[in-house]
Formats: sequence, structure tokens, C-alpha cells
Amino acid sequence: MTKILNSPISRRAVLGGTAAAIGALSMPSILRAQDRSLKVGVYGGYFKDSFDKNIFPDFTAATGIAVESIAEPTGEAWLVQLEQAAKAGVAPADVSMMSQVAMLKGQSTDLWAPIDTSKIKNYDGLLGQFVNKYPDGRVAGIGAVAWYITLVTNTDVYPEAPDSWAALWDPANADKLGLLALVSNSFLLEVTAKTFMGGTGALDTEEGLNKAFEKLAEVKPNVRLWYRDEAQFEQALKSGEIPMGQYYHDVTGLAAADGHPVRSTFPKEGGIQDSGCWALSRASGKVEEAHVFIDYMSQPAIQATLSRKVGTAPTLKRDLLDLTAEEFASVSSDIDPIIPRYDLYQTKSDWLNQKWTEMIVG
Amino acid sequence: MRREAPQKLTDYAPLAFPAIMLTVFFVIPFGTMIAVSFFQRQQGGFYTPAFVLSNYERFASLFFANVLGFSLTLAVLVAICCVAIGVPFTYLLTRMSRRAQIVWMVALLSVLSLSEVIIGFAWSTLFSRTAGITNLLVALGLMQKAVALSPGFPAVLTAMVYQALPYTILVLYPALVRLDPTLTEAARTLGASPLRAFFTVVVPALRATILATLIMVFIFALGSYLLPQILGRPQHWTLSVLITDQAIYQSNMPFAAAMAVFLVLVTLALVTLTLFAGRKREAAA
Repeated sequence: MTKILNSPISRRAVLGGTAAAIGALSMPSILRAQDRSLKVGVYGGYFKDSFDKNIFPDFTAATGIAVESIAEPTGEAWLVQLEQAAKAGVAPADVSMMSQVAMLKGQSTDLWAPIDTSKIKNYDGLLGQFVNKYPDGRVAGIGAVAWYITLVTNTDVYPEAPDSWAALWDPANADKLGLLALVSNSFLLEVTAKTFMGGTGALDTEEGLNKAFEKLAEVKPNVRLWYRDEAQFEQALKSGEIPMGQYYHDVTGLAAADGHPVRSTFPKEGGIQDSGCWALSRASGKVEEAHVFIDYMSQPAIQATLSRKVGTAPTLKRDLLDLTAEEFASVSSDIDPIIPRYDLYQTKSDWLNQKWTEMIVG
Repeated sequence: MRREAPQKLTDYAPLAFPAIMLTVFFVIPFGTMIAVSFFQRQQGGFYTPAFVLSNYERFASLFFANVLGFSLTLAVLVAICCVAIGVPFTYLLTRMSRRAQIVWMVALLSVLSLSEVIIGFAWSTLFSRTAGITNLLVALGLMQKAVALSPGFPAVLTAMVYQALPYTILVLYPALVRLDPTLTEAARTLGASPLRAFFTVVVPALRATILATLIMVFIFALGSYLLPQILGRPQHWTLSVLITDQAIYQSNMPFAAAMAVFLVLVTLALVTLTLFAGRKREAAA
């Protein structure tokens, strides 16, 4: 709580807002010239670095809108900051990349400004799962990027790639795994359901959820690290300290391309497909620029560039893109993905969280 | 110079500044937190103002009692380790030349400039199997093969003691510098060994300082949430880790606030008890 109240971002935004207000009173014309800028929240680390290098400079060249990219923490920390700031009428970022669970939570407080789809030229080319709508049909967010969480291994320790999520349960892997620490970002219940219970539909009932928890508890002796911070696991995976686990397909691919002994495998049950939306904070005054930005990002050429340079799965229909089969395979897979049950993290989040924490701590 | 009791209202003016600062930076935030702890959690959203006890009810379980118990035990252990290392260290430090003292102090202060994240990652590397200190022991022929020392309880404790030790020494230093050296000299003249003089003269003379230091380190350690995460297993996660999970990852501010309020109350109760016990013993002596 104090961390959020004292957050340097919101304080800087307040100071910036004051300075802008004073500027508006004295020199309106100059302000308008400088106003063509947009603060964009992107997940920190590899993601932000890649966007800064491969995407944002071209966007500024094409539209004349300067981008100030802001490193967001993953998880819901950024959502909480946006929400607190919006209550005070400030936007630490105008457009942010938000996870699906965060989109649903933000919807409940009308945090996202509705998007005018007539201004998005490729709106009809977007895959259905990448348009995030309010219950009343307003569009809350447009797919930004999609990514997979897959089974990753250190190639020095595991010369052969595992082919199933069941490897997590293998007693031979005792104390060797790194898994995400939260029920709502690891999606391990869905993995358990797809691997052992015939599909994520098994999680519809409380009985099914309890069964999945029971099965998942068997993984505990194999887990060395339950991580919240990605850097922590990535480092250990590269060095072989923690040679197996779940991690992001794109980041692992980039690390492998840098020469680290790591690999990402799509298990036969499928990788976990998660995605992020571009969403506009209701406190932002840059509605026009935000639409220009989202329109630009939804072009086939840009989505293809993202797949090639950043390693994310495209949000547009495949036939609109000029990706080769090989390029497509490096960011996605034909294996039917495990789609997280976002609805559960909306309706049963406290119960799931309590049960999960008791399972891993107890 | 005799200090006169304040006569007029303006005599209280010097109190205004600290009072305002305390209100702005402590009373208001803490008050907000207490208020939020009674708010109604909106699952899948944020919270709405209300007066409900459900956040405290959820906390009242064996599971959270165990986590609280572990957090308090860990903080007490860190405090004891820090004082056990810090008192003899600072005592020897004050006997050194002024020059040597400055060098030591600068080195200690530089540790304070490290963030908890850096300390955590540095120790996790030192404790790792692939690049850690056990590799040195293997090279020296003291161990058969390198092992991982983290995650585990000793790893958490070591890093937390490392982090809190400079504070401990900074708090102890003024009292030890002012300690009259003739006290130990007298003890030595009367035939006590240096070790005996230290334990029978120096330590009792510093009882109040040591108690205050223990309390300070205890409270400092209680707030730690990164080191247990980086260096510990889930069973070594402190209550602060779970508070962070609720506040940041679950956006459950009311429950996080309720846990934080409870943690503050327990801490205050323990500190009061300690001070009370200390005063009683002093009165008896």
C-alpha cells in the first residue's frame, strides 16, 4: 500500500501534470507541438528492450508521435498502480499492455476507456480472442501480443527434450523445477486438467478443482523455486542451477539465440497461450494518439515484425501475414494450446488463491 | 539552565513541525490502512468502502497463525544474531585507531547503499551449486562436490543478518564509544581476564542499549519480504510476502491492510512487553 502511495511514477506524473497545466496557460501553441507524444506501458526487460529497438522508432517516424515507454511489472502490480492513479485523475501510462485477468479486473471499475473500432483499420482481421469486450459490448482492449508459456529445459542437463507436461511429475526430477508462484499467472491448474483430467472443462466444478489441486500437490517435492520474479528463474535456468520449469516461449527463444543452453518445448498437451491487450486508461487525455497507436500496432506488417523480432505470436488471422512456416513455428505451434480459464480468476480468485497458497506453503 | 514549563500557547510552537510530520507521514497513512482493512473486498475488482470484519476473520486461521509465528521467530533470530555479532565487533572497533575506525565505518556504510534486491541476488549466487562458495571448498579439497545452499532457512537467515548488521553497528557505536574505558581498566586491575571484563562489565553497562538494538533489528527484520522470497522455500515466506501477494498480485487491499494492521499490533505488543520486562528487571536490580 505504502509502496503504491509513494510510487515515484504517480508522483512524477502529478508533477508533470502540474508543469503541463502551467505551460498550457502561458504558451498554448508550443504545447500543442510537443503534445504529440504517448506514454506506453510495456512489460519490463526483454519485451521493453525489443519494443524500444524494433517498434517504437518506426512508429514515431511514421506518425510523428513520440513514444515514452514505461517498464511495467508483470502480474497485477501495474493494474493496481493504474487504478490508484486513475482515481486521482492521472495516468502513469496512456496505453498499457495488460494481461487478460487484469483486463477483466479493470473492466469491473470501468478503468479502460472504450476503443472506437472504426479507427482500427484491421479490426476485422483480428482473431476473436484478441478483442476484449465489456459485458455491454464496448471494446475495452485490442490484442497486443500473444505468448506461450511452455516447458523449458537446460540443454546441458537434459540432452533430450521432454515431450509432455507429465515430466513435471516425474520423480526423477526431484528438486529441479522452477514454477511460477501464483495461481493466476502459472496456470498450472489448467495444465493439470489438460494433462490428467481430459481438458480444462474439468475445472468447472469445485470437485474438479479440488482434484486438480490434489494432483498438483504431487509436484511439490520436485519444485526448487516458486518464482515471482522472472529474472530469478531465467538466470538459474541458463546456469543449469534449476534445469527445468515453465517459462515464456519467446524469452527462452531469445536467450537460446544469444547462445545460452536453454530450449523451449511445446508439450503434446499444448503450450499455455496467454495474451496481452492494449488498453487505454480512462484518465488519459491522449485518446486520439492512443487510437493511432493501436491502429498502427494492428497492421499485418507490424505483427509480422513483432513475431520476427520480439518472438510473439500474432494477433491477426494467419492468412493476412507473410510469415513463413518456419517463422510461424518459432513463435507459435499447431498443437492445440491450453487456454487459461480467466473466468475462474475473476469469479473464484480469493478461494483459488487461498487454496493455492496453502498448498505450496503448507 | 533550568527548563521552564511552557507558559503561553506559542511556547508549544516548536512542537508543531514534528507533530505535522508525524501526522502527514504516519498517522494519516496508518489511519487510511486501518480504514481500508474494514472495507468490502470486491472479488475480481477492487474494494468498496464499508465496515466489515471479514478480512480479519479470514486471517484468523491456523495457516496464518503459523506464518505469523514463523515471521516473528525469524525476526527474533535475526535480532539475536545481529546483536551477538554486533556488540563484540563494535566494542573492538571502538578500541581501534581513529583512522581504522573511519575505514571500517565507510565499508559498513557502503553495505547500506546496496538494495535488498542486490543483496538477495548476490547471496543466491554465492549459495548456488554452479557458481557458489562450495566450489571454493571443493577446490581446497574440503568438500567432495559442490552443493546448493539455497533455497533454505540458513540462506534466508544469513542474508537478513548481513543486511541488518550495519544498522546494528551504527546504533551500538555511539553508546560504546562513550563507554568509560576506566571501567574495564578497573576490572582488569582487579584481575579479570579481558573476556570476563567484557561480559561482566561492558555488557551489563550496555543493557539498555542492547535491548533497544534488539527491538530495532527485530522490527527492521519483520518487514523483509524480498530475501525470504529469493532465498527461501515457500515455507520460509514471511507474512510480509503474503501481504505483498495480496496487495500487489491479488489487488486485495482490504485483506492486505488487515494483515498489516495485525502485524503492527502484534509488534507493538511484543515491544511493549520487552520494554516492560526490561524496566521491571532494572527496578529489581
